[in-house]
Amino acid sequence: MREFSFLDFWQLVQAAEWTIILSILAFVGGGLVGVLITLMRISRVAIVRRIAQGYILVLQGTPLLIQIFLAYFGLALLGVDMPPIVAAGVALTAYASAFFGEIWRGAVESIPKPQWEGSASLGLTRFEQIRYVIAPQALRIALPPTVGFAVQIIKNTSLAAIIGLTEITRVAQFINNVLIDPIMIFGVAAAIYFVLCFPLSVLSRYFERRLHVDRPSFKSF
Amino acid sequence: MDYALQFDLTSDDWMMLLNGAWRTIVFSIGGMLAGLAVGILCAIWRVSGHPILKVIAGCYVEFIRNTPILVQLFLIYFGLPTLGIRLSADTAAMIALVFNFGAYAAEIVRAGIEAMPRGQIEAAQSLGMTRWEIYRYIVILPAIERVYPSLASQFTLLMLGSAIISAIGASELTAAANSVQAQNFRSFEVYLITGGMYLVLTLAMRFVFSSAALLLFPRRRVIGVATLEAA
Repeated sequence: MREFSFLDFWQLVQAAEWTIILSILAFVGGGLVGVLITLMRISRVAIVRRIAQGYILVLQGTPLLIQIFLAYFGLALLGVDMPPIVAAGVALTAYASAFFGEIWRGAVESIPKPQWEGSASLGLTRFEQIRYVIAPQALRIALPPTVGFAVQIIKNTSLAAIIGLTEITRVAQFINNVLIDPIMIFGVAAAIYFVLCFPLSVLSRYFERRLHVDRPSFKSF
Repeated sequence: MDYALQFDLTSDDWMMLLNGAWRTIVFSIGGMLAGLAVGILCAIWRVSGHPILKVIAGCYVEFIRNTPILVQLFLIYFGLPTLGIRLSADTAAMIALVFNFGAYAAEIVRAGIEAMPRGQIEAAQSLGMTRWEIYRYIVILPAIERVYPSLASQFTLLMLGSAIISAIGASELTAAANSVQAQNFRSFEVYLITGGMYLVLTLAMRFVFSSAALLLFPRRRVIGVATLEAA
């Protein structure tokens, strides 16, 4: 039987291309929809807030895997034969947008109310208030959890393997079916994910620390 | 598009789904309790353990948090048998959930411990409390009380994440949905119903957790009553 070779390793690395494409798709798509959800969530119209709330509740209250299945079979019902990347992209975008909506709403709400009142008293329109006063401050607070969530997105792209997208996990399964050396193969797959995720985790923690420079640290006893 | 959605499942299908939902609850609660124990141990190792324990706990937490649970699951389910440890799908799934939740719980509990004022330990020492008593009453319980909301939402993520263990055929809700839709070919409808069941589980768990908080933490109960009276 053939041993795990450099060629197999290289196949796994190449499969990371789809993992990264799907991650970027979900991050950008989810970010754009997430902005919309955030704005709806802080809207002054109650019904708009309710709709955004319901959207977040449904997407945060059901498993991503089910959402991927629904996108996959739902798109098929529409009569179009979509490649798995589309279904996975749609599901991950929706999933990410709900989490971004919630993260960013928290950031906006942590801005002290006088900032709204002060900018309103300067005669700024609501759009100008958000654009020039609230958003720049909220972005700083939202940065660490946003980067942290990017790690979740990368890890969650592995679920697309279940509907057949040939990303890292799927390719690892293929190789393992032939070589049957699971510890090596899935270990390498895990290592590739780790290389993608760990720098972002560190970056997120760095932003977090920079935000709380004055926080007292715990000494061990 | 001329497809009509059909939700008429047989009673056998419903029984399978409900049984799957029950299994999901079992997996989630089992994963949470054992995972919390792992998490507390790691949190203690990370803040006050021997340097080697610190490194071990740190590596474990970072590995789990930066790799997908699906890959961890495959490593356990396919990897351990090659080392001579034979596992059923359910056992492998349980191990994966426990160690996955353990790493997240470790970080949350650690944050709770680090938020503790140092003076409290000195006060406990001056009262003559033993090391074990200090850990139990001053470090761990207040830390868990402090981070309880984070633990509760992490638990929801665990329950929803447990859908993934269907990938190795562990018996839970998503796996039940997979077999039902494989028989009646109403994939979309079945997964829609399944999603609804998860949503109900999530809401029920939220309710249980907020009620449990009042039972578990008398101090919070007092504060809660006080705010109610003030309102």
